[in-house]
Amino acid sequence: MTFVGWLQIVLVFGLVLAAAAPLGAYMAKVYAGERTVLTPVLAPAERLLYRAAGVDPAREQGWLGYTLGMLVFNAAGFALLFSILRLQDILPLNPQGFGAVAPDLAFNTAVSFVTNTNWQNYSGESTLSHFSQMAGLTVQNFLSAATGLALAIAFVRAFSRSGATTVGHVFADITRSTLYILLPLALVTALVQVSLGTPQTLDGSVVLTTLEGGQQTLAMGPVASQIAIKQLGTNGGGFFNANAAHPFENPNALSNMLTIWQMLVVSTALVFAFGRLVGDRRQGRAILAVTGLLLVTAVGLCYLAESAGTPMLAAAGLDPAGGNMEGKEVRFGIAMSALFAAVTTGLSDGAVNAMHASFTPLGGMVPMVLIQLGEILPGGVGSGLYGMLVVAILAVFVAGLMVGRTPEYLGKKIEAKEVKMAMLAILVLPTAILGFSAVSAVIPAGLAGPGNGGPHGLSEILYAYSSAAGNNGSAFGSLSGNTPWYNTTLALAMLLGRFAFIVPVMAIAGSLVAKPKLAASSGTFPTHGPLFVGLLVGIILILGGLQFFPALALGPIAEHVQMQAGALY
Amino acid sequence: MTVSQRIETAAQTEGPSTLAAQVRPAVVLVAAFTLLLGIAYPLAVTGIAQAVFPAAANGSLVTRDGAVIGSALVGQTFTGPGYVHPRPSAAGAGYDGLASSGSNLAPTARTLADRITADVGTLRSGGITGLIPADAVTTSGSGLDPHISPDTALLQVPRIAKARRLPEAEVRAVVLGSVEGRLFGLIGEPRVNVLALNAALDDLKP
Repeated sequence: MTFVGWLQIVLVFGLVLAAAAPLGAYMAKVYAGERTVLTPVLAPAERLLYRAAGVDPAREQGWLGYTLGMLVFNAAGFALLFSILRLQDILPLNPQGFGAVAPDLAFNTAVSFVTNTNWQNYSGESTLSHFSQMAGLTVQNFLSAATGLALAIAFVRAFSRSGATTVGHVFADITRSTLYILLPLALVTALVQVSLGTPQTLDGSVVLTTLEGGQQTLAMGPVASQIAIKQLGTNGGGFFNANAAHPFENPNALSNMLTIWQMLVVSTALVFAFGRLVGDRRQGRAILAVTGLLLVTAVGLCYLAESAGTPMLAAAGLDPAGGNMEGKEVRFGIAMSALFAAVTTGLSDGAVNAMHASFTPLGGMVPMVLIQLGEILPGGVGSGLYGMLVVAILAVFVAGLMVGRTPEYLGKKIEAKEVKMAMLAILVLPTAILGFSAVSAVIPAGLAGPGNGGPHGLSEILYAYSSAAGNNGSAFGSLSGNTPWYNTTLALAMLLGRFAFIVPVMAIAGSLVAKPKLAASSGTFPTHGPLFVGLLVGIILILGGLQFFPALALGPIAEHVQMQAGALY
Repeated sequence: MTVSQRIETAAQTEGPSTLAAQVRPAVVLVAAFTLLLGIAYPLAVTGIAQAVFPAAANGSLVTRDGAVIGSALVGQTFTGPGYVHPRPSAAGAGYDGLASSGSNLAPTARTLADRITADVGTLRSGGITGLIPADAVTTSGSGLDPHISPDTALLQVPRIAKARRLPEAEVRAVVLGSVEGRLFGLIGEPRVNVLALNAALDDLKP
């Protein structure tokens, strides 16, 4: 670890916080329906969309209507994306002349982008036409993120309203999230990315003769417009196979800082918006403190593990001060690779600027654990906030048990129904991850996947289902996932991780919104102080540890011990 | 009125909550957003990018004597003794611009250990002693890394000087001149662009 490495890490976090506070204030205004600077430009477009779709934002929906609307919207998005992928050979903008995407891969990719996972079983530059990248993937990059934002805001309304029945209008929330928040940010940052070197062209590829006389073909396309929203919407599905390690997606250290900033900024701003919307900004700061504590610790552990290198590299005669550079780019180095890995999994982004499969066992365990903790640090756009609030409900419940009082959170009594639904949501992740991993670890179709032997093979399977169920999308790329077994089961894990989580969460919203909002009394456990921050950190770590420690012991931890003993597979 | 009061008291008349009522808005919005976000937005970015940043938007191509010889951002293969060599690459057969990829080998993979031992052996037989820089025998994440560390470039000075029949000091000066430092002394890592350095070496003496 170096001082300048840490300075860069601190700089990125500082830039995120500096932007997230004002962006959060702006987002709170957007969701409260206030006028903003962009209203004169965007309100006519918003009204036009509502008229065409037959939406009256003033007639809101109850939790069930809201959830059904979200599900139908996502089903329609899936159907369109699946069709585009299957028909790309006859659709326009296909300069490389790619054929239709295979059915199981198209299913996996469509599910993956609709659920905000963006798992890459496809290899962008050799599979997908420009039309598929633009009208297919880019659109779902926006809409899956807007869906997450809408759900989070509906959940926040459930806390702020008293004795009500409605939680908002799902189509209005999705439209506003897209038009007022994601689209302007994407437009501006895509152009900044081009200025830093990311291509944006409708041409296919350039064939050239290298300086030494060899031939090289460079795949290009509308890269910047896709990857700007890929990062802002915590999607993570790359234009190229190598994702953000590819020099066209991420040309230099500045673009790398920009993409990390893009990943973090909307989710962090939403925490600030949350504080404003519930009328107590300290509540947002408490959540932010939990996020900061855990995320910075994770970055530090990953950075430490990667800087340490491996005994094999040292024995071969490599400079131990250089750390583990297998799978990492020189322009990013160890510090920015470790930061990227922790952020992309503390969020639900899943972009990678270094190959997690080649990380040291403990360095690679950090992103895996961050996914398994529920990706709430600060989590995916929208999904991170409602995920964190579900854990907060459990935390006040545990606190209530300790003192023997009915727990409250943000003025709402947390009772049996909320706790049951919260547990139901929490259990989705371990069920999907451990269930599918266990089956894949014993059947031939599953065992055919791992590209490395020994404990690392199990880590690859475990990481894949963690990533899918957590809607992350990063991978230990050594797993051959483009097979019918993995394409199908990973897609199922993604669907479970997204929608089986959302439905109980929205049921909590429906229950809470009807309850009266109570004023804080002397007996209320304050949820904005250090005690609550400590409690929430503890609950997050205990939940994650109880669920996943045994599996981690067989994978990355076993590999670390074996590696120190000099074992090779 | 604050945003929190506004969101508490927003219009709360309940609209239709049936499944059937969701179909029209869902389908119309997906179609409309596909036009806006899938066609208009990327085309707008393309139009502005091509007008304002044409070089970057088309891949930062490098030309020499009128011919395109590569992209400033993407690495390429060099094997001749007179050129500085890039890192090993896992992209296709090496620096394949259509197959970006890392090796994805585990730290405990025997294949990785064998490859690194063999590559270090090659360097040693070329007369290189001492510690090997970490990037010299490891593959990058993309397989297209355009850079090597300054130490990895300096290691190769004797071989290049011999092949080009130049004094080592002269080659070393070109290598040191091509080192890019951290931006503001803070952001990024010290590095050497392999294509730029090799073009500079060709300028010095073909």
